[in-house]
Amino acid sequence: MTTTPRTLYQKIWDDHVIHTDENGTSLIYIDRHLVHEVTSPQAFEGLKMANRPVQRIDATLAVCDHNVPTTTDRLEEGGMNEESRIQVETLYKNCEDFGVQLFDMADKRQGIVHIIGPEQGFTQPGMTIVCGDSHTSTHGAFGALAFGIGTSEVEHVLATQTLIQKPAKSMRITVNGELGDGVTAKDMILAIIGEIGTAGGTGYVLEYAGDAVQSLSMEGRMTMCNMSIEGGARAGLIAPDATTFDYLKGRPMAPQAEQWDKAVAYWATLKSDEGATYDKEVVLDAADIAPTVTWGTTPEDVMPITGVVPAPSDFDDEAKQKSVARMLDYMGLTAGTPLTDITVDKIFIGSCTNGRIEDLRAVAKVVEGKTIAPNIKLAMVVPGSGLVKEQAEAEGIAEILINAGFDWREAGCSMCLGMNPDQLEPQERCASTSNRNFEGRQGRGGRTHLMSPAMAAAAAITGKLTDIREL
Amino acid sequence: MEKFDKLSAIAAPLRMINVDTDIIIPKQFLKTVKRTGLGVNAFNDIRYNEDGSEKTDFVLNKDAYRDAGILITGENFGCGSSREHAPWAILDMGIRCLIAPSFADIFYNNSFKNGILPIQLPQEQVDQLMDEAETNPEAPLEIDLENQTIKRGNKFSFDFDIDPFRKHCLLNGLDDIGLTLEKKAHIADFENNDKQKRSWLYKS
Ligand code: SF4
Repeated sequence: MTTTPRTLYQKIWDDHVIHTDENGTSLIYIDRHLVHEVTSPQAFEGLKMANRPVQRIDATLAVCDHNVPTTTDRLEEGGMNEESRIQVETLYKNCEDFGVQLFDMADKRQGIVHIIGPEQGFTQPGMTIVCGDSHTSTHGAFGALAFGIGTSEVEHVLATQTLIQKPAKSMRITVNGELGDGVTAKDMILAIIGEIGTAGGTGYVLEYAGDAVQSLSMEGRMTMCNMSIEGGARAGLIAPDATTFDYLKGRPMAPQAEQWDKAVAYWATLKSDEGATYDKEVVLDAADIAPTVTWGTTPEDVMPITGVVPAPSDFDDEAKQKSVARMLDYMGLTAGTPLTDITVDKIFIGSCTNGRIEDLRAVAKVVEGKTIAPNIKLAMVVPGSGLVKEQAEAEGIAEILINAGFDWREAGCSMCLGMNPDQLEPQERCASTSNRNFEGRQGRGGRTHLMSPAMAAAAAITGKLTDIREL
Repeated sequence: MEKFDKLSAIAAPLRMINVDTDIIIPKQFLKTVKRTGLGVNAFNDIRYNEDGSEKTDFVLNKDAYRDAGILITGENFGCGSSREHAPWAILDMGIRCLIAPSFADIFYNNSFKNGILPIQLPQEQVDQLMDEAETNPEAPLEIDLENQTIKRGNKFSFDFDIDPFRKHCLLNGLDDIGLTLEKKAHIADFENNDKQKRSWLYKS
């Protein structure tokens, strides 16, 4: 029997189609559903009103992360403002009423939804995984088709364990060669978004390939897939391999004993076939990628750290020129300024992009034995989960960071979006390891520069944007 | 979900590209546990000053566009987060139709689930509609979903494309969950087969 070569995406898709209508719309099966407090209350309310149960509680996992304070007194009375408290308690109540497993604030396993899924082994290759959160793309690092959905779809998955979908187009992004010293997965994905643009991936599922991608750890792969959405793509994929299997082996929710062997045999088939075709191909050379930072208010506005702030006239498109002028004004930047002359006020290390143990190790390596610059008002490290925090403490990382002058916090989304009290003040400038530099994202009027953990650590030490290779 | 068939309404031009979901509804308003009531907070940071007064340069604050039911805007509208609070807020301010050269995927999807019609048109046509809406604010724009047309009297008429399934749901105000539950037998078949193939994904 001969079969047409298929991409990884097509294989996962084919294994999940339940039914396809004449017009090409399919009903697909959803293997795993992650739930958090912000995008779920209206969905649970819908279920209650229609008297519908949660279809598969064994495939559903809930956690509170967006609203939770990161201060150590957060479990005490009054640790949260009223609205946040209501939202968190609504999640607790809904999980109890419907029998959904929950990691509450007091649970060591609590953390950012996209960090805890992989950490527990809930995320596995070949799965379809959804969550009412656009950075669900993170889980694609395991070769799972993972994407963010809105609240109506959250309700749909809770009620039916399925979604109505049309197949996406496919784009392969190959990064050949080896990354230079001081250049990380974060720089690679920022450079890719700079290349394809924030809407470049709209309608596509991205597959990352090439030596530079394959040689990444799972942490690095998650950083890349996490930001697929910033390139407009709902999902990013990396074919699973030995690195993936090693990471998963022995995790609490991963398959055990003979089930493990059966799973690995299936997972090993999950790679694009030789000769499979893509709707679009992008090829980059790892050697061309420098430590990269954003200067504007969309993640495509990137520049190597050696560059200068661009001028509106550097762009051809009239709409983009207008938007660049607005961005420079918002960011308080003057065209022509070398990036390394830009001083910052705050440092934020954390988020589902870079809040994992490897990220904290990278920060500790840079700041060990040094102290943060006097102009830095606050440098905070927010571990992605309670378990990351525990591990960092055990490895002595927490101590290094605290000695350097960092605030060491409890797990949560924190200043990635500032729904909790961690926010920028107007005009404050932040070196941030998160994923979005939108206007007001980290606090009204706040100015965000996205970069890798090592680069953010370097900025903490010098007080300004810094080329990590020079430090 | 409310049906959408025809709409005749004032169209407001929002001349911005990449309007992200943090602009449409900033995070401090995501703490609600309801779908309604977000209209007053829509576009908060570009709509209000720090002291809560209105910014005069924001298009929906101008008298001519206050009652707009249609928003015409630039490419990649709705990029960013998956928050359905964005279409909820837009709907709650009375906007039922969006016109842009392109939309971000999740936002586009979320709009349909809430009875909002997002229309994608070529840039030149969007530009023309923007210019029209600016020079002639009081004349309503007429949207006809059944026939897939946008008209202004007999001044001009554009056709637009839309996925037939989405059109059907919108025209009839159909709820996806109800439609899917009609396929219960298919779902059960899938699960039974899958339990053989990928047994590790099911609790035994
Ligand atoms: S860390 Fe930031 S991007 Fe990630 S889930 Fe939380 S708010 Fe969203």
